[in-house]
Amino acid sequence: MMTDSKVIVRAEALESLLIEKGLVDPDRIDETITFYNERVGPMNGAQVVARAWQDPEFKARLLDDGTAAIEEFGFSGGQVDKLVIVENTPDTHNVVVCTLCSCYPWAVLGLPPRWYKDPAYRSRVVREPRAVLKEFGTVIPEDTTVQVWDSSAEIRYMVLPLMPASWADQSVDVLASKVSRDSMIGVEVLAD
Amino acid sequence: MDGIHDLGGKHGFGAVSPELNEPVFHEGWEARVFALVLQLGGNLDRSRHAIERIDPISYLADTYYGRWLGGLETRLVEDGVLSQSEITERARRLGADVNDRVAARPRDAGDQSPEKKSSTGGFSTAQRTLKTPPRFELGDQVRTKSTSTEGHTRMPAYVRGCIGEVIGVHGGWVYPDSHAHGKGEGPECLYTVRFTTEMLWGEAGEKNIELSIDLFEAYLEQVNDDD
Repeated sequence: MMTDSKVIVRAEALESLLIEKGLVDPDRIDETITFYNERVGPMNGAQVVARAWQDPEFKARLLDDGTAAIEEFGFSGGQVDKLVIVENTPDTHNVVVCTLCSCYPWAVLGLPPRWYKDPAYRSRVVREPRAVLKEFGTVIPEDTTVQVWDSSAEIRYMVLPLMPASWADQSVDVLASKVSRDSMIGVEVLAD
Repeated sequence: MDGIHDLGGKHGFGAVSPELNEPVFHEGWEARVFALVLQLGGNLDRSRHAIERIDPISYLADTYYGRWLGGLETRLVEDGVLSQSEITERARRLGADVNDRVAARPRDAGDQSPEKKSSTGGFSTAQRTLKTPPRFELGDQVRTKSTSTEGHTRMPAYVRGCIGEVIGVHGGWVYPDSHAHGKGEGPECLYTVRFTTEMLWGEAGEKNIELSIDLFEAYLEQVNDDD
């Protein structure tokens, strides 16, 4: 979907005025864009998940205090004052949303995908999560509880997905390469 | 406020549309608006409220970073940094039409207290130490308030007047309902409250669903045994 040109023109007008008046630094605009394009993203969260699968002591620390645990990786700031990790189990499947805006754990997942910010997901996943998950190709058994987390304050949530049993012998780096963004939001269940 | 942004439970938006190999930003202007908002920083609660107050047609039509743009324009105009007429004039020089819809809905100057900006930009942490102990503890049954509010709030309408269980107690946090309006941080204890789908949506909905949401103490009241 292309943006309406009037939005683009308005953005250009605002930016050009702010730069002319010396209220923003154009170099810092470019630095910010590079940082969010290259340095943060779901590859960060994937490393956390892979380590938690392999290291029970780390997993315990992660579930106890997510913010402190991700500092071990040097991930911090970026919309995570308090990170809570919600663990999928055979009995419970977790899925995260922000119905009021777009709250998302930037430090571990980067900026959210478009569908996460769009009205369809935000309106429906709190009401009919099983139907929404099916649209992602994810079917949760009826006897598994679906636990929806609406991040309405400054706490940020990330899902710790279940590891497929056949991945047990893989190295932590291989595991990290297989952990998808969507599994850490909770709209996907990882499979072989 | 009962704005277009409060989407939880609304009908009619259709299927989700995930995109394969989605880029971080789809178009250059999105990245630039994102970076402008981060660099200017300020009061995150007021920033969210400025987005909630943009024209509701624009909220849906201008897409995500268009909302950020509308919210940013609202704040800059209310702070007296730019005037809406100079932005419009500049936009027309760049090719905008005189009849173009404008997302920003700034209030008249003087309605807002001027905002203190940090020199480094960005948005700072909202965690605070409370002087009083939390009113509720794990396992308590609480009822959410049933009334609407004129201003900013972080309690979505779909949980109004519902009974749930406290499953998390998170200490003090800046209270958005106050802070968004320049009325001080007024820290409140924050809780995670869990509701059943039957409580939220009645018996006809999907089965075996629970919903957990973070709510400030001011939104909650104790449920008595005779309730």
